[in-house]
Amino acid sequence: MTVRTLMEAVPVTVLTGFLGSGKTTLLKRLLHGRDLSGTAILINELGEVGIDHLLLEHVDASTVVLESGCICCTMRNDLSAALRELYGKAERGAIGALDRVVIETTGLADPAPILYTILTDPVVTHHYRLGTVLTTVDAVNGMRQLATNPESIKQAAVADRLILTKTDLVPPAAVAGIRRALAALNPTVPIVDANPDSVEPEDLFAAESFDPSAKAAEVRGWLTEESRHHADHPNELGRHAAEITTFHVSFDEPADWTMFGIWLTMLLNRHGERILRVKGILNVIDAPAPVCINGVQHVMHPPFHLERWPSNDRRSHLVFIVRCMDGASIRRSLLAFLRLAAGEPGRLRHAEDCRL
Amino acid sequence: MCGLCGLFESGTHWADTRGVAAAGPPRQQRLRQVGFANRILRHYRLRLDDWQGRNYLLSSPTGATEVIDNLALLWPAAERIAGKPCDPLDPDLLLSLRGE
Repeated sequence: MTVRTLMEAVPVTVLTGFLGSGKTTLLKRLLHGRDLSGTAILINELGEVGIDHLLLEHVDASTVVLESGCICCTMRNDLSAALRELYGKAERGAIGALDRVVIETTGLADPAPILYTILTDPVVTHHYRLGTVLTTVDAVNGMRQLATNPESIKQAAVADRLILTKTDLVPPAAVAGIRRALAALNPTVPIVDANPDSVEPEDLFAAESFDPSAKAAEVRGWLTEESRHHADHPNELGRHAAEITTFHVSFDEPADWTMFGIWLTMLLNRHGERILRVKGILNVIDAPAPVCINGVQHVMHPPFHLERWPSNDRRSHLVFIVRCMDGASIRRSLLAFLRLAAGEPGRLRHAEDCRL
Repeated sequence: MCGLCGLFESGTHWADTRGVAAAGPPRQQRLRQVGFANRILRHYRLRLDDWQGRNYLLSSPTGATEVIDNLALLWPAAERIAGKPCDPLDPDLLLSLRGE
């Protein structure tokens, strides 16, 4: 087998969402609507509808828990084996060229182990890269599911795209309500309406593009004024969601990447289970362009440079989605570490200190 | 694997400076990384050293030593050797950093 560069690696799209939220329907529509002929599907429950496509694999749920014992660091050996087998088949010519893999998770799945496997399995990372995480949310039952099921909150927090389904079955006010709730929970991602048939694959997969302008547009969307406005609304989703806090840290002075890496690895080691998402854009000392980071619990995507700053704002911005954690203490800690690297206690100014 | 010393390549960790902030040679950056880590580890009476430019040696004053591959593995090892959590949110740690 040949080892691919990151750009050549096959993107793996993770399609998640709670039970009955319309994952299979969305997948079926995507597959029938556009030419996704090089797409292989891995599904870890047998769907109700037949998928007339290149391949349909059934992944058994055998898992191995690593030493840390954290669920997000669970290596899905079944998934790893399925991805390796799929790649082997494509290399041998047993199936057509492999352009993309879509993994449809079970409705009750915590998606973090799947992301961990794709990002860290030594064989899988040679051939695949994590593409977009798509999360479907049902407009009829979504509010109740978010209020009562921690898994559904996790699925929404790790998403790169939130896809609202069944919006034609509820009044517009209810759709607006769930949009507000989702924007408060995960303000950095677009919320796409799946109805009517308006979902285009290119919209859903834009987050994984290597095209510099598409990347810049994606990152610009992470921290818009609108997302801050939406997130100002208090969380009204119930007990589980009330434990979730979304907050935003900004600072003026360029950050030392080495110290930032030390701080974040230390933070994720101790509190990774409660950090559902960390995402942002950093002004790094000696880097000509901003560096973007994106992580889920203990798992970090490889950081990437933008070609240029997406706007005139040269500050660093980080967004955290955390469970039962105090945002102020995270801010205080980050700034203390960065000041230590800067060597001058007063040098790093705290430009903005707002709860999203 | 290195053909001369027999060490396995541990792979690139996301926090690796190479490719993110290319200021100076990689070896220099690595030593800087070790220096910063030691400013934190001092609070736990631990010490980090570079080993062959590929791994790190984490050691305690009593001689306990572990070879680690990357920063993500540093903190679980530090907690094992120190026998207590290494928490960046710990007010005592932040106070000691301020005093430097």
